[in-house]
Amino acid sequence: MLTLLLILIPLISSILLFGFGKKAARPMAIAFSLIELITALIVLQLLKTGQAGLFELNLPWINGLGIRFHIGLDGISMLMILLTTLLMPLIVYASFNKNYNNFHTLYAFMFLMQSSIIGSFAAMDGFLFYLFWEIALIPIYFICLMWGGENRQRITFKFFLYTLFGSLFMLLALIYVYLHTPDRSFDIQALYKAGRALSVVEQGFIMSGLFLAFAIKMPIFPFHTWQPETYNVAPTPGVMMLGGIMSKMATYGMIRWVLPMVPQGIAEYGHILIVISVISILYASFISIVQKDFKYLIAYSSIAHMGLIAAGIVASNSQSLQGSLMEMLSHGINTVGLFFVYDIIFNRTGTSEMKKLGGIRGIDSGFAFMFFIIVLSVVALPFTNGFVGEFLLILGLFQNSPIAASFAGLSIVLGVVYMFRSFQAMMLGETNAITGHLAKLTRQEKITLYIIVILIISMGVYPKPILDITESSIQTLLVGINK
Amino acid sequence: MKELLLISGLGVLSLFAGLFNLRKGFLVLVIIGLAANIGLSIADWGSNEVVYGMMQLDNFALSFNIVFSFLSILWFIAAREYFELDNNFSDHYALVLFSLCGGLVLVSFTNMVMLFLGIEILSIPMFVLVGSHKTKLSSNEAAFKYFLLGAFATAFLLFGITLIYGSTGSFNNAAIAAYLSNHPLPPMAFVGMLMMMTAMAFKVSAAPFHFWAPDVYQGAPTTITTFMATVVKTVAFAAFFRLFKTTFVSMEQSYQIAFAIIATFTLLIANITASIQTNVKRMLAYSSISHAGFMMIALLCMRSHTEGTLLFYTLVYSISSLGAFTILDIVSKNTDGREDLDGFKGLLRRNRTLAGILAFAMLSMSGIPPLAGFMAKYMVFVAAVNNGYLWVAVVGIIASLIAVYYYFKVIIAMFGNESEYPAFKLNPVQTFVIFVTAIGMIALSIFPGAIIGLI
Repeated sequence: MLTLLLILIPLISSILLFGFGKKAARPMAIAFSLIELITALIVLQLLKTGQAGLFELNLPWINGLGIRFHIGLDGISMLMILLTTLLMPLIVYASFNKNYNNFHTLYAFMFLMQSSIIGSFAAMDGFLFYLFWEIALIPIYFICLMWGGENRQRITFKFFLYTLFGSLFMLLALIYVYLHTPDRSFDIQALYKAGRALSVVEQGFIMSGLFLAFAIKMPIFPFHTWQPETYNVAPTPGVMMLGGIMSKMATYGMIRWVLPMVPQGIAEYGHILIVISVISILYASFISIVQKDFKYLIAYSSIAHMGLIAAGIVASNSQSLQGSLMEMLSHGINTVGLFFVYDIIFNRTGTSEMKKLGGIRGIDSGFAFMFFIIVLSVVALPFTNGFVGEFLLILGLFQNSPIAASFAGLSIVLGVVYMFRSFQAMMLGETNAITGHLAKLTRQEKITLYIIVILIISMGVYPKPILDITESSIQTLLVGINK
Repeated sequence: MKELLLISGLGVLSLFAGLFNLRKGFLVLVIIGLAANIGLSIADWGSNEVVYGMMQLDNFALSFNIVFSFLSILWFIAAREYFELDNNFSDHYALVLFSLCGGLVLVSFTNMVMLFLGIEILSIPMFVLVGSHKTKLSSNEAAFKYFLLGAFATAFLLFGITLIYGSTGSFNNAAIAAYLSNHPLPPMAFVGMLMMMTAMAFKVSAAPFHFWAPDVYQGAPTTITTFMATVVKTVAFAAFFRLFKTTFVSMEQSYQIAFAIIATFTLLIANITASIQTNVKRMLAYSSISHAGFMMIALLCMRSHTEGTLLFYTLVYSISSLGAFTILDIVSKNTDGREDLDGFKGLLRRNRTLAGILAFAMLSMSGIPPLAGFMAKYMVFVAAVNNGYLWVAVVGIIASLIAVYYYFKVIIAMFGNESEYPAFKLNPVQTFVIFVTAIGMIALSIFPGAIIGLI
């Protein structure tokens, strides 16, 4: 029941904003997102104390086709929902310095997206997961189409078609497993059982189908071609939703739907996925180094981090899974932070080309300091949240394949190169005609950055409560895989 | 029987409506009559009433009767202007109502003669209505084309019936089915079956017998196009299904491959052609043909009881189409009669409701999850895979991906561009109709099981 509540609150918020939000879009949006956050925190507390019956809901839906409305929660889903609900108020608040046309519609789309993303994190039925997964695509498409930049018609359509095409393979893979369930059911346990009973080669195909859908959404090389363009064209709240939250649907999907369903396939062919992920890390890191535009740099660095997460998930041991979940959380926060920094600079100067900027630290040292902390977290310095995740990830990956781990470790080194270069180019040096008269941060911008910095440091210094949320669920998952 | 009497009585009454100058109020009477028809069908549910051995109002017939009566009510409301502004409003009411009588016969026939009569009663008023914009050349051309080709199809149908009669000695569907399953297949019956298939494929506008459809749909007044694309199509598919299910089911081996080919041809031809259209009305005509392809898959798999799937598909498709065509009509009236894509540019800035609901209809028709159109296509594909027609399902999936392209052209035009025309408001009737279609689409997305489980 409580899970349903978590899905319904944003949905109702979306409808209310759409219908009545014209006058008071901002206060309504922030209030709704905070209500959802508080609800999620309460659910988290209840989840710790047990009582599984509170969270599970299993209703018949489409009887003839074995589809049920089955949602539930465990630690992994909870952490993802926490990330979503935590980022949502932040994204809403970060957008307060904007003035889009029909702001309430934009917020309504964002809440619709949140609702479906939470739904996909909670879905315990293969078909339901697919539906929630796809619903999320519609609002973000309209956000990019209606509030996007130059050339948005072509770029957003490519994005839409690309991801739609990818998820078709997920649907086909799920249907294939569904046809092998004894009583034709999409229920997660039935799918797990049927998937594990398949031959290794079949499992390999199922794995590839699902991985294709997820790899496009994350995205990782070579399925990333939609991403830099789309990130560039999307309005800031939209790109924060895309990079911060939506990409996590894919990594979550790997954990929930690939690992336990086709464990032998992963054992047999998983190394191919790891190789693809590692190539993706290196490729995206190198491209980031030569980027001239800060927004593109964020986009490519995101690809590199998602590659690392994917590799960690496929390695599927307890450290790498813990690491990937932690990294998903911190990547979400960092991405929102980086895009907010981009937004601040772009609003003031009208450009995000790093060469044209410089010397911002001299004008607003507080801004530069907070940006620096985000940079440190992206390059995984100890005592930032990025460190915890990447350390565990590389540790876990090392147990699986030392070679892959050493290449993946390069991501940190290369990350230092591109992140520090961008920091240098924009913040240090002399001011010029563009940055000379830069206005200082407004209160709203400061508060947003404060929250992000506090999250980064507190999670980095004391990650235990977060790791505790997922600990037992990961053990359950691993027991299921090794059966 | 009561249903048939009710609708034909209503038709006769409408002939005299002109005498008493009931121009304004008659719409209400028609709506009440059709609603009563739905009520009677619900009351008769499960009774399997046999009408003089010629028709049987089983649940299949009643459910389709409910569906097309419901669609007709919506359509009548949407078409209010068409009737009220016309000099011959009572004739037009009568023509539509009589064609609905044909519809009722078609969903419930148990005899070949009734099939033929039903098709004629349904089609002849349509020939007239397509040409009802008497001063427009395109309307006349469309009517003429539809009539000529329709006459051909009728000839095929009759010839087919004759050959079947010649080889089995009966017009009664059950008797024919019994004969066919107890005897080796007479070659003449096979030819007859193929001819009837041709005629029915023409009526549902499946390729390669679809050539009339784009021209007729484009030339006819948009109101009539809406009626043809929704009510007539639903009824024709119900008849097609009923004919093969009750009569030729023992010849399955010989016609399934033909169905499969017709389905895939229709899907590919219609979707590829639709994607190069710039006229939205013509594009919607091709989209209507392409949906015929999907429904052909439901027919292909009739062995696994796809009645429910077909009912669901026709309902989803008809409601979305009704919304889309109605909005097309409104937009075209507000842009000096433009029907091309440019007329839709920036519709969002002109009327948000209209743009939103048309986008909804487009998303549903292109089969984007989780909308009803996706559910409908999903069921059809699952049926195909379960019956061993994986390749048909694959073609269907490719076709749906192509379809995304042209449906999204409309969405992009509406949401991603600035407008050249001023904003406009909807009148309450229009608002009502398009909101009902939107609610229908949402309800069908959430509760697909309610319809599929019906029959």
